Amino acid sequence: MLEIIIFSTLNGILYGLLLFMLSSGLTLIFSMMGVLNFAHASFYMLGAYVAYSLGMVVGFWPALFLAPLIVGLLGALVEKYGLRRVHENGHVAELLFTFGLAYVINELVQLIWGPVSVAYREPAYLREPLFTLMGTDYSIFRGGVILISAMMLVALWYLLKKTRVGLMVRASLTHGNMVGHLGHNVPRLFMGVFGFGCALAGLAGVMGGPLLATEPGMAESLGPIVFVVVVVGGMGSLLGAFYASLLIGLIQTFFVAMDASVGDLLNGIGMNVDPYGEITGITLASMAPMTPFILLVLILIFRPRGLMGELEP
Amino acid sequence: MNEATVVATSSPSMPWRSLMPWAISLAVMAVLPFLFDGGTAFTLMNVIGINIVFAMSYNMLLGQGGMLSFGHAVFFGMGSYAAMHAMNAIDEASYTGEGFWAHIPVVSMPLVGMIAGGLVALVIGWPFCRRAGTAFAMITLGLGELVAAAGQMFPSLFGGEAGIFANRMVGPQWFGMELSSARDVYGFIAFWTLLAVAAMWAFTRTPLGRMSNAVRDNPDRMAFIGYQPRNIRYLIFIASGAFGGLAGGMAAVNYEIITPESLGLIPSGMALLMAAVGGLGVFYGPIVGAIVVTLINSMLSDYTDASILYVGLIFLSIVMFAPRGLAGGIEQVRVAWRQGELTACLPGWLAGAAAVLLIATGLSLAVELLFHWRHGSDGISQFFGMALNETSVWQWAAVIALVASGVGLMRATQTLRESAQ
Repeated sequence: MLEIIIFSTLNGILYGLLLFMLSSGLTLIFSMMGVLNFAHASFYMLGAYVAYSLGMVVGFWPALFLAPLIVGLLGALVEKYGLRRVHENGHVAELLFTFGLAYVINELVQLIWGPVSVAYREPAYLREPLFTLMGTDYSIFRGGVILISAMMLVALWYLLKKTRVGLMVRASLTHGNMVGHLGHNVPRLFMGVFGFGCALAGLAGVMGGPLLATEPGMAESLGPIVFVVVVVGGMGSLLGAFYASLLIGLIQTFFVAMDASVGDLLNGIGMNVDPYGEITGITLASMAPMTPFILLVLILIFRPRGLMGELEP
Repeated sequence: MNEATVVATSSPSMPWRSLMPWAISLAVMAVLPFLFDGGTAFTLMNVIGINIVFAMSYNMLLGQGGMLSFGHAVFFGMGSYAAMHAMNAIDEASYTGEGFWAHIPVVSMPLVGMIAGGLVALVIGWPFCRRAGTAFAMITLGLGELVAAAGQMFPSLFGGEAGIFANRMVGPQWFGMELSSARDVYGFIAFWTLLAVAAMWAFTRTPLGRMSNAVRDNPDRMAFIGYQPRNIRYLIFIASGAFGGLAGGMAAVNYEIITPESLGLIPSGMALLMAAVGGLGVFYGPIVGAIVVTLINSMLSDYTDASILYVGLIFLSIVMFAPRGLAGGIEQVRVAWRQGELTACLPGWLAGAAAVLLIATGLSLAVELLFHWRHGSDGISQFFGMALNETSVWQWAAVIALVASGVGLMRATQTLRESAQ
């Protein structure tokens, strides 16, 4: 039991950090431009695929750094030549644009890399156990991903709070026009933030590809969860997105790990139900994919502004 | 979205003028069965009818009410499931000939779907309608995912992965409608499509329909006047859900099978795609969109596996270059023609169309080259007899040349279009 708790916690934190890497970019883009980038998870997918293709040429480690850069560059191009054009037609048009983009990227990925998953794996020496606890291994790669994610977190905090660029970004979040009047190039700043957010998504893809699976459905399966993170954390709140990511990561992992059904739980609290009925026989593990959305509905009913949001969405 | 919805203005002196589109639609629908006689044509027309109602019901939310939803297929699917269970109930009851369901004909299934869709919206809608815009979009996205996931978990209601089946040739037959072939079903689909579109048009003329436009354009002002924007959104949400369910009921009779996948994000996105391609601001926009997207999807998929990519590219270019959609373009031409400015506008528009055609050809060539590289030649390249070779620099140069000349032509004739207006 204890090892299940320890490993589920570690895996939950790992998954949560990956989610945060996606949602931090999404939140930054949202609070700056007011547009929820529907294609964000598609950039995550591109990150994994580009790293896979690059990895076959230049090796795993260089690809780990190059792929996010390429994806970030692509994101910046999309902002400059696509999103900026649509901006004048309002937020709905922007959302439609990113929705169509997600569609096109998904299809392009299937066109180029095929409709089934590709064998994107970490090198063999990273699959060695980092430590062994009660007979279960924890691989070096998983530990490394946690480390890189944590470093990314610190770097993001430093970038936003301690550098001049971060100052400009934070100022444009609330007073975009004023920053423009002071002579800064706000459109270029937007492009940078969009590209940076996409690069973060790409980095998450580079690390999430080997952990989860590099397949054309990976954007579709993770995308809605990232949106749930942003809404649950409070629209536009980075800290909220962080807490929500960890929360959802942990909840989902624990639901998967628990070997019980709804009926078992109800029996446990003294109700006498049939543990194999249609509703009571549903295992918690099969409910795991639903948990983010149940959380979303609960948050919307009881706390519509999210965990840390200042405004109601 | 800020421009006012073009609602066909009917002046009392010329009632025939506002009736014209309906008469033409009726005539077209009546003539179509005589033009085609193949089963595939009827299957395609039935799908188009269902999609028209689905896209129109979606536009009640987005075009008329300004609520961007990513979960509209929930109502479509729920209506479909309700109609399926009703059809099975009719099947059961028809053996004994007793009970309520023994007297219900299958042709009324869209009504069952409509009630189911409306009820689902009634039950779940209230917390969603607090705000429109991004928040509403995210919430409906979550709803769609939740319901689609739940659909896999309750097999007795949703039939699990395989879905549930029903038989449409049961129960009492009204008007001699046996519904055995696709041709029979066409009459059923055409009737309900026309009825649903007429009902949705009538809805835009009600005070609630007008207020839905107002709440889209300026919810704060609505609140000052004394209407709760949330209440109005909630009512539109229910109405739209009901019509979505109606489309689902039509689909249940047409396909005789429904799976939990039809509750998910992909069909919801399809509704959005059709409405946006056709034009959100024009009443008949989603009809155009549904026809065009369904045709492209089914025709291109005979020739290439990249058909969805083509639909996606068309959608993207419409969002970028023609935000008012295909119907918006038709309206623009019509207004210019009525004001006698068509000849002045035409050169600029034709040049623009030529530029779009050049870019589209270039992009299609690029897609086909990519496709050829990974999978060998597909139907389209065979159709045009192209000898594709992705390693040839010249063919990629042709892509760049086509796109560049298109963009160049677009830029060069920009002034021509602006001066004409």
